[in-house]
Amino acid sequence: MFGRLRKVSWTQEKIVFLIAIAMFCVFSFSLNGFLSSGNLITLVRSVSVLGILGVGMAILVIGRGIDLAIVAIYAMSAAWMLQLGNQGVPILLAMPIAYLFALSAGLLSGVLIAYVEMPPLFATLGMASFVYGFARWALVPLFVVYMPPSGSGIAWIGGGFVFGLPTPILFFAIVALLGFAFLRFTKPGRFTYAIGDNPAAARISGAPVRPVIVLQYAIAASVAYLAGLITATAVASMDTAAANSSLIYDVVLVVVIGGIGFSGGRGGIRNVIVGTLLIGILLNGMTIMNIEYTLQNIIRSVILLAAIVIDSVLNPLDEQTSQQGDI
Amino acid sequence: MKKRNAFATIAIGMALSGMASHAIAAGMDDPRRADYFKVFDGKTVALVPSTMGIDLTEGWASALRQQANRLGMKLEIRDPHLSADVGAQAITALISEKPDVIIAHNLDVQSYAKLLKRAEDAGIHVIQVAMRSNYNSDAYVGPDWIAVGEAETQAVVDRCGAGTSGKVAILVGQPTAGSDSGMLKGAENVLAKHPEIKLVANQAADWDANKARSVIATVIQQNPDLCGVVGFWDVMDLGAAAAIKESGKSIALVTSGGGEQMACDNVEKGVFQEEVAYHVMDIGRDLNDVIQVVLESGLPAGKEKIVVYSPTTKITKETLRPGLCWSVKNLEK
Repeated sequence: MFGRLRKVSWTQEKIVFLIAIAMFCVFSFSLNGFLSSGNLITLVRSVSVLGILGVGMAILVIGRGIDLAIVAIYAMSAAWMLQLGNQGVPILLAMPIAYLFALSAGLLSGVLIAYVEMPPLFATLGMASFVYGFARWALVPLFVVYMPPSGSGIAWIGGGFVFGLPTPILFFAIVALLGFAFLRFTKPGRFTYAIGDNPAAARISGAPVRPVIVLQYAIAASVAYLAGLITATAVASMDTAAANSSLIYDVVLVVVIGGIGFSGGRGGIRNVIVGTLLIGILLNGMTIMNIEYTLQNIIRSVILLAAIVIDSVLNPLDEQTSQQGDI
Repeated sequence: MKKRNAFATIAIGMALSGMASHAIAAGMDDPRRADYFKVFDGKTVALVPSTMGIDLTEGWASALRQQANRLGMKLEIRDPHLSADVGAQAITALISEKPDVIIAHNLDVQSYAKLLKRAEDAGIHVIQVAMRSNYNSDAYVGPDWIAVGEAETQAVVDRCGAGTSGKVAILVGQPTAGSDSGMLKGAENVLAKHPEIKLVANQAADWDANKARSVIATVIQQNPDLCGVVGFWDVMDLGAAAAIKESGKSIALVTSGGGEQMACDNVEKGVFQEEVAYHVMDIGRDLNDVIQVVLESGLPAGKEKIVVYSPTTKITKETLRPGLCWSVKNLEK
């Protein structure tokens, strides 16, 4: 049976997309109000921050990297921005200051990986603890930081509407579009695929491997900062617990589940969108069905594991990947 | 002459002693005072909060620090940053360091239960604050969660009677936490008496405002005539408030929390219709008193089973007054 199935090229992206469509159909028929435009907007909105972080992560994974610090940067840079606002710094000044913090964390990770040649997994794992620890110690004394009254001018970033669409969805669309353009049309974007496919070959053929890697981490950090800004303005507070939460796994998940392999060099932004939508449909449907919290976690992990199992049956490791290994 | 002298001496002596006894009456020493201070001098109190940096734990730490300074005790804080693993390690380490009292703010009812028993077996008094575990140690100090859940749900039921849809959602933090399981029980108690109220959703948001926003947004989409939300923690419920505001509907949001200035500000702005507040500084005071009781009793650890429920207050637009809330910013360092 699998033999015949293999003739159609069943990429993981397609499998996940089919599962997403199937669930979408089931929910549309079985759940009242699921298909309403209001609910669909809520659905996409609830995962847009996840999707935005996913785009940042996708660029790294395609280049055979990973950034486990992306969520720490997301939470702590936004928290510091609010904290600065609370200390009386004008919010429009606090924003670039906090961005510099996010950017320097990304650059530092990039340099450690590209020039010191640390494995990305360890470098960014350490960076995640460092960003959280340093920010809590030196910058943000409180666990939950509230939006200062002076921040009302930027509340539209996470809480506004444009043409009836919530701004986070719009930002997700813009970031996805920019990510797509970067990967498809820019030199560093094309080099990202080359580096992900075979770093040594990319270097020999003259690609500026090290600067491109640093650039990737800087982009991911910038994307994380934007996502933090959206969250902080949407709920008028930032909970630094996010830095240590399971959000980082969700971010890795939407990338991997969408079909971007850890072996690098493959996939695109479309995969992230598919993965994000799957998570969004799942979460939304389960909330409507009022499924209990613990059971939700179980269902979610079973469906995600199933998608990966189907993929590894239909797309066994090829010779190259099994020799090089995944991340 | 001699006799007269003797009389005079006695008279003077009596007068003097009278004066002296007068002086004693003006300022009498309390024989128990020295013993009192001796009990506490050099003792160590260790606090294992859920995490520092939130209004609750910062308030308690401030209260504990003041008492420790006053009575010559040492206060140690081991901050697990909301991680049950790190918290368990901290308690394990404390068991071998043998402080006199451990104050545990349990993340859930299970994680520390065995460790707290071990601590008491090792002779350390264990006081659980606000979030209890399945193990009943020397003392529990904190809100009566079932009563808090009842009060909150009743407040929503009162606003969602006849003339409304009667549809209500409950927003839990973590269902396995001592606080939330209690509040849920309280909510059930009230809902059982009000069959006209329809519970349309009972969802957990991990104490995370962002998740709370998504959950409540979805619930409102599904039930556009939703009448009220019972939220289990004000910090998280800010997310529910954001979802309600975006929907443009008037939905009653009743929350509970530590009565920090943020709560009063948001009740004033109409973000929360009501907060059932367990004042953090009240709990801090009760905590300090129970520390004194367990140390003064001289009983070995684990012998007492004290429960002290701290009072709650109702914060609404009607009850708002200056000083009703306390402020993290103004805590004594």
